[in-house]
Amino acid sequence: MSNYHTKTVTELSAMLQAGEVSSVELTRYFLDRIKNSDDKLNSFITVCEEQAMVQAKESDEKLKTGNAPALTGVPIAHKDIFCTDGVKTSCGSKMLDSFISPYDATVVTNMRNAGVVMLGKTNMDEFAMGSSNETSFYGAVKNPWNLKAVPGGSSGGSAAAVGARLAPASTGTDTGGSIRQPAAFCGITGLKPTYGRVSRFGMIAFASSLDQAGPMGQSASDCALLLNAMAGFDDKDSTSIEKSVPDYSADLNKPLDGLRIGLPKEYFEHTEGGMNAEVEATIKAALDQYKAMGAELIEIELPNSGLSVPVYYVVAPAECSTNLSRFDGVRYGYRCEDPKDLNDLYTRSRGEAFGAEVQRRIMVGTYALSSGYYDAYYLKAQKLRHLISDDFTKAYEKVDVIMAPATPETAFNIGEKTDDPISMYLSDIYTIAVNLAGIPAMSIPVGFANNSSGVSMPVGMQIIGNHFEEAKLLNVAHQYQQKTDWHKQMPEEFQ
Amino acid sequence: MSNEWEVVIGLEIHAQLATKSKIFSGASTAYGAEPNTQTSVVDIALPGVLPVLNKEAVHMAVKFGMAIGAEVSDRSVFDRKNYFYPDLPKGYQISQFELPVVGEGSIDIKLENGDTKTIGVTRAHLEEDAGKSLHEDYAGMTGIDLNRAGTPLLEIVSEPDMRSAKEAVAYMKKIHTLVQYIGICDGNMQEGSFRCDANVSVRPKGQEAFGTRAELKNINSFRFVERAINIEVERQIDLIEDGGEVVQETRLYDSDKNETRSMRSKEEAMDYRYFPDPDLLPVILTEEYRQQVKAELPELPEQKQQRFMDELGLSDYDASVITASLGLASYFEIVAEKTGDAKLSANWITGELSARLNREEIEIDKAAVDAEAFALLLTRIKDNTISGKIAKDVLDAMWNGEGSADEVIESKGLKQITDTGAIEAYVDEVITNNPSQFEELKGGKDKMMGFFVGQVMKMSKGKANPAQVNELIRNKMK
Repeated sequence: MSNYHTKTVTELSAMLQAGEVSSVELTRYFLDRIKNSDDKLNSFITVCEEQAMVQAKESDEKLKTGNAPALTGVPIAHKDIFCTDGVKTSCGSKMLDSFISPYDATVVTNMRNAGVVMLGKTNMDEFAMGSSNETSFYGAVKNPWNLKAVPGGSSGGSAAAVGARLAPASTGTDTGGSIRQPAAFCGITGLKPTYGRVSRFGMIAFASSLDQAGPMGQSASDCALLLNAMAGFDDKDSTSIEKSVPDYSADLNKPLDGLRIGLPKEYFEHTEGGMNAEVEATIKAALDQYKAMGAELIEIELPNSGLSVPVYYVVAPAECSTNLSRFDGVRYGYRCEDPKDLNDLYTRSRGEAFGAEVQRRIMVGTYALSSGYYDAYYLKAQKLRHLISDDFTKAYEKVDVIMAPATPETAFNIGEKTDDPISMYLSDIYTIAVNLAGIPAMSIPVGFANNSSGVSMPVGMQIIGNHFEEAKLLNVAHQYQQKTDWHKQMPEEFQ
Repeated sequence: MSNEWEVVIGLEIHAQLATKSKIFSGASTAYGAEPNTQTSVVDIALPGVLPVLNKEAVHMAVKFGMAIGAEVSDRSVFDRKNYFYPDLPKGYQISQFELPVVGEGSIDIKLENGDTKTIGVTRAHLEEDAGKSLHEDYAGMTGIDLNRAGTPLLEIVSEPDMRSAKEAVAYMKKIHTLVQYIGICDGNMQEGSFRCDANVSVRPKGQEAFGTRAELKNINSFRFVERAINIEVERQIDLIEDGGEVVQETRLYDSDKNETRSMRSKEEAMDYRYFPDPDLLPVILTEEYRQQVKAELPELPEQKQQRFMDELGLSDYDASVITASLGLASYFEIVAEKTGDAKLSANWITGELSARLNREEIEIDKAAVDAEAFALLLTRIKDNTISGKIAKDVLDAMWNGEGSADEVIESKGLKQITDTGAIEAYVDEVITNNPSQFEELKGGKDKMMGFFVGQVMKMSKGKANPAQVNELIRNKMK
């Protein structure tokens, strides 16, 4: 019995290149795993069996030529927020349940050009609005470590699929923590790159100034390989940055001697909604490991970090309220039955097809942009955003990277926070500032801690870098993963 | 109009920029294609698509700014103007709100009394056009054509500086001429490439505060602008004089009924929730770029007019009429060069040629006789092949497609008679037939001269050279 699911992308890529396994065999293997196990998780919205097998065959042909790119033939999953030509692209919403994209997102094109095989499209919070994957039209995703718990969100399907090894890796998007928080909850490694590093073209917009796509995998080394394929300037995205893409795998093995790690005082303070004690102990142990590897721990201040959540919950809803205006029932997507007139067409199509959380954010955002309130909310939030960003700039004068918990607690149970949006919003308290500042950050698994129901669940630690320092983050994460095996842990049920 | 009222008008002109592709996508902007065939994934606002600014649109806006001596911003920003409408695919229009690309400038217009008046231009900003809703032919449904969606527009906003419909038309014509001169708009009003909204209010003469204004939407001809403003002014004055109040609202001009009617009032006015579009970067322009664009500018209408007066000796009137249209000015320059007679060329172009264009309501580019052919006609007047009078008939024939000036002259036998002997024979015959009249002429009745010349011209079927006829008759009187 083969055990390809225990292999990382780095390992599978080497096996494919060496001809030890074919892409057809590998792809079939993972399609079967999805078929057999995804009932428990609900991590996929669409499985692309036929297309995947076609792509796998093409990959095998390419591999035979002997000069196929590193990821050729490696099957992965795409978050259902990326438009995929000829494949349903729902964004987790009833609104787009019938939408088959006629074009590929740049991320999808880039990955395909790098040789990747697409297994399917993963479940997500509706339009990426949520922190638990419970807002999906396609139902909640379960955490592979405990099926009662949430996988986090919004890239919950991607995290759960990789956590359960139904796919060796996946893509995700992160607007306020949507890669890092689910990666932490599911015990995998996720990277949100610098804003502008990966093209947003074809990625359904939630909050345009915050959205960024990134890789979710089993290890830092996997994320480096995936980011090599994803990143790069795209003339179809005016906010993508024209800067050459380094080889993210090149620096993985640099020693960490003398690495200056900043620890934001504010994140380690014991406050309401702050980190729970078990999570804190786990993070501290990881920091000790870094110390043992030659790093220096330095306390830093991010004095405006308390503003992150309120600023985010003005900026993100404001942008989403207009980004989602195109879903009007006129050209594609859901349209209500028998509209009486134009207004009825709009209100019922949108009212019937958007879920409660999406509607809540559209209303908040519409209010924040309204004449007479714009200055007090949106404009002010944008100003505060600069302060939050400046905090990081100052910090990086003293330190190389910043470390912090990814979440205040481990994965909570399904239904636990659905009636309390504020407490749900606070689960992103450590991740949001990074999006507001546009800087890159990772979450890596560093141990386990009990959740509120007393179940031991993975803990994620964030490594936050300055603009375009993805390579440094991957190096710092990879070195830890050379000394520890938290990232190799697999949930019993999916071994 | 009553004498105690003063009219206040400001115009918002929408000039469609003559770029090949749309302002935020690569789709073509050509007019008249089958519905929805000129739409990219960006124009129909599929999920996930992003706008990418067409630099040529910015270039054209800057050209306009430099041409009117306006401030052109170092940094301008695109905003989202949010509202729902079926032909607005994104649910917002990308426009410029707080930081437009072109700031304050001005345009001089000529008033009817010959005075010059300066009209302030508040700003000009870039935006995308919406699609079209087609209400006919869809059995109770509405068809949406998104070919026009994303077409670049320059919205040119004036100060409320105009005091009559005629001034508004003069201003609009001036801008219309300018945008064509600098090659940023084809000026085609029938296809909607150049249209305007007029803000109209009235106030008692001498009052400083403006009256409440009504906005007349989407007027696409000079004639309609004048009529719409006049009818709206009349409506507002009647309303006030009857004890009513003008309400701030958007009104539509119905050219069939020649009336304006309310579209929506201020209370129904929309909150557009403008905010900077996070998908687009601010447009940063350097002084070097502005100067480069300025250097690229062609000769502007006023410069051309001055040159025609100074170098070609045209009258102020002729020069202004000819330069009012770039097409006409170019036509004139070819004709003047070929004939070597600017004055004659100007007379014929402002006279006979313009009359024919006006009669057929066409622009110079549709003229049935091109500049080279027209120049040949004038050359035949100059070399005495035909008289000016005959030339009008030749032009008619040319206009009808009967051939070149020479071909028409040849086929119709219109060549002028310059043989003195032949003309003298006519003169002798006329004198013989009209002895008493000839006595009167000799007796000093100069009016009789016209009679004799006319008779000779008649006999020669207009082909005799009138100057020669005159001379011969005078010789006979001696």
